[in-house]
Amino acid sequence: MHSVNSSDPGQPLPILEGHVSAGRLERVLRSGKFAVTAEIAPPDAADGEAVYRRASMFDGCVDAINATDGSGANCHMSSVGVCSLLTRKGYAMVMQVSCRDRNRIAIQGDVLGAAAMGVTNILCLTGDGVQAGDQPDAKPVFDLDCISLLQTVTAMRDQGEFLSGRKLTTPPRVFLGAAANPFGPPLDYRPVRLEKKINAGAQFVQTQYCFDLERLRTYMMRVRDMGLTERCYILVGVGPMPSARTAAWVRDNVPGVHIPDPVIKRLLDARDQREEGVRICVEIIQAVREIEGVHGIHIMAYKQEERVREIVTESGVLEGRTPWYPGVGNDHCGQQK
Amino acid sequence: MYALRQWSVRNSRKLEWLYQCFEGILVALHPFWLWVGYTRIEKPIRAIERSVKSAMFDCRMCGSCVLSQTGMSCPMNCPKELRNGPCGGVRSDGRCEVESEIRCVWVDAWEGSQRMRDQTRIAQVQPPLAQGHRGRSSWLREVRIKRDLRFFKRDA
Repeated sequence: MHSVNSSDPGQPLPILEGHVSAGRLERVLRSGKFAVTAEIAPPDAADGEAVYRRASMFDGCVDAINATDGSGANCHMSSVGVCSLLTRKGYAMVMQVSCRDRNRIAIQGDVLGAAAMGVTNILCLTGDGVQAGDQPDAKPVFDLDCISLLQTVTAMRDQGEFLSGRKLTTPPRVFLGAAANPFGPPLDYRPVRLEKKINAGAQFVQTQYCFDLERLRTYMMRVRDMGLTERCYILVGVGPMPSARTAAWVRDNVPGVHIPDPVIKRLLDARDQREEGVRICVEIIQAVREIEGVHGIHIMAYKQEERVREIVTESGVLEGRTPWYPGVGNDHCGQQK
Repeated sequence: MYALRQWSVRNSRKLEWLYQCFEGILVALHPFWLWVGYTRIEKPIRAIERSVKSAMFDCRMCGSCVLSQTGMSCPMNCPKELRNGPCGGVRSDGRCEVESEIRCVWVDAWEGSQRMRDQTRIAQVQPPLAQGHRGRSSWLREVRIKRDLRFFKRDA
């Protein structure tokens, strides 16, 4: 074991009582603070500096960074690679693992490797179909699905064994997450599916882009009634749309994103659509925060990462808190020393 | 056959009942299967299972049938072969993200499950599929699980 030194992010934090990981995201959520996570765009380059540059855009405004795993079935730097680079600097990472490209042997190996590199959060995803991406002739794997993946990693952590039952010497201490889409059909089944994910081991979820607050409120009401907000932290996905045209394209072409017509109309009527997109995003965050049982937001600002800081600041969700980032002298939960 | 598959989902409750009766018969015949030999009986039973289930459910012979937990909609028809529910990519009209000409098998599964007597079974977490069971009879496997636990203990 390393010695614990809170001023050096390269050293692991102590695992607090009742926590499963040494990560800052778990600490922030368990202490009841409103958490902010954001998605980093992995580069199409064998270049660590490109990753550091992109991550630094989020310095001081997010609690953890999601490293995507071939999102939209497009090839980019792997999530294990991005996480390995960024954990060296002390960033809190959420490593996304999709079931599309790897079978159970590869995934379990990656989980061990990532946890050894300092990854403390893993998000289990099914993954987009290969037809959605730039290499539709690829073989889709889907050996596991997100729920059996959650079950597998939970067993690795809590029972200390592989799916085969073979023992691990040191289990991966990871906080486990899943995705949720409250906006896609069958709508009645979505809360049941969330419960299933929680039963399989999900401790937090990040949702698909929220543009339809009414649908989210209905979903959250059902989720609260089922007692799920007590068992799992819910981070609602948000993000700015750069223009009405992009929004319409996303609605029609990105699987699972639901954008109601009034939102597109509002963008269309705006003088500066890009600014209006940011304003809509800030308004949605402020509305989402008022919903009972929502514990944070997850910002997906594809190709607009530089606006994340502004969005977080303007929405005021951090309440004056500055999440830790490399080179700052505060403790790991964002309290200035 | 797509139309018949849709019919099966619409009539999931009747099929649930039929399946339960049928399972009872298969399980009761366990001594007979033992007498003939499970290995010897595997091939003909598998042939019957394949023809009946491919006609009614577009069965893919995964060897670990979960139809009674998925509203009689076979999850192996999902292009991602998801056994635990729909992905986030279902289109707003309920069609599949990958094959836009078919309905999401899980949209069907949810509707089918709500017609069945036991509506909660769809919430059960399914373990990863044992890829080694593909192509084998899941009927006989079920009977052995129910009647011949010793076989599985020895196997493990």
